Amino acid sequence: MSSVWLVVGVVGLGTVVIKAAGPMLLGGRPLPARATGIVELLAPALLGALVATQALGDGRALVLDERLFGLAAAGIALWWKAPMLVVVVAAAAATALARAVM
Amino acid sequence: MMSATTFAGSAQFAAASILGDGGRVAAAVAAALLLNARYAPIGVSLAPWLDGPRWRRFLHAQLVVDESWAISARGEGRYDPRILVGAGLLLYVAWVAGTAVGAIGGQALGDPATLGLDAAFPALFLALLAPQVRRRKPLFVALLGGTIALALTPFTPPGVPIIAASVACLLGVRR
Repeated sequence: MSSVWLVVGVVGLGTVVIKAAGPMLLGGRPLPARATGIVELLAPALLGALVATQALGDGRALVLDERLFGLAAAGIALWWKAPMLVVVVAAAAATALARAVM
Repeated sequence: MMSATTFAGSAQFAAASILGDGGRVAAAVAAALLLNARYAPIGVSLAPWLDGPRWRRFLHAQLVVDESWAISARGEGRYDPRILVGAGLLLYVAWVAGTAVGAIGGQALGDPATLGLDAAFPALFLALLAPQVRRRKPLFVALLGGTIALALTPFTPPGVPIIAASVACLLGVRR
């Protein structure tokens, strides 16, 4: 049990430091123009990676499973400009339905 | 308890699953910190928008998670700190409360996959991504980031593919 608390403590502390680093060292000052160009593309790059790995990844394996129905449903809901909650619920419902049927 | 001290879901899941599989403490810590390393570049992107005294910047930085960061994005590298802090606080309360409910009532729910809850995460990130990729360059970078992450997934520990995908924004700038 003590090893669990060790992990909780060390990871908690490490995460606080990682999160604080940028705003503490650079906070309130505008970035140089070159850096701004890079930073504005950071969100799409990381979010694209998160979508891909959450939809297709399973640990170190890549799998095609019922989550893809959910992602398709989310895509359709977004196309119709549905609110975010509807998009997420539609994805879960489509995946659950596909699992129940298949 | 971990929800209160490490406000970042994927790192918690990773550490818990490694320990649950009988993994070593060092492996669990390394995986969790690798997953959270993405908050270093995210913190840099937010830095110009978080001002005020050091203690306030420090506290605001702790409210950054993928969701609060993405929802505060105003496009073209601009961020709204008020939305970041508001969403972050709301998410933090919901996250800790939800974890407590899960710890007490988790058995009653059964397998979350039956409810399709694992598909909620990619859908959420897709919804956060959609408003950011109306122009060609960010769309290209998002696709490239996804491709890099998938290509590395089989060969690297969890977390590394996400961090490596941030290289996509360097390639996007050159293009």
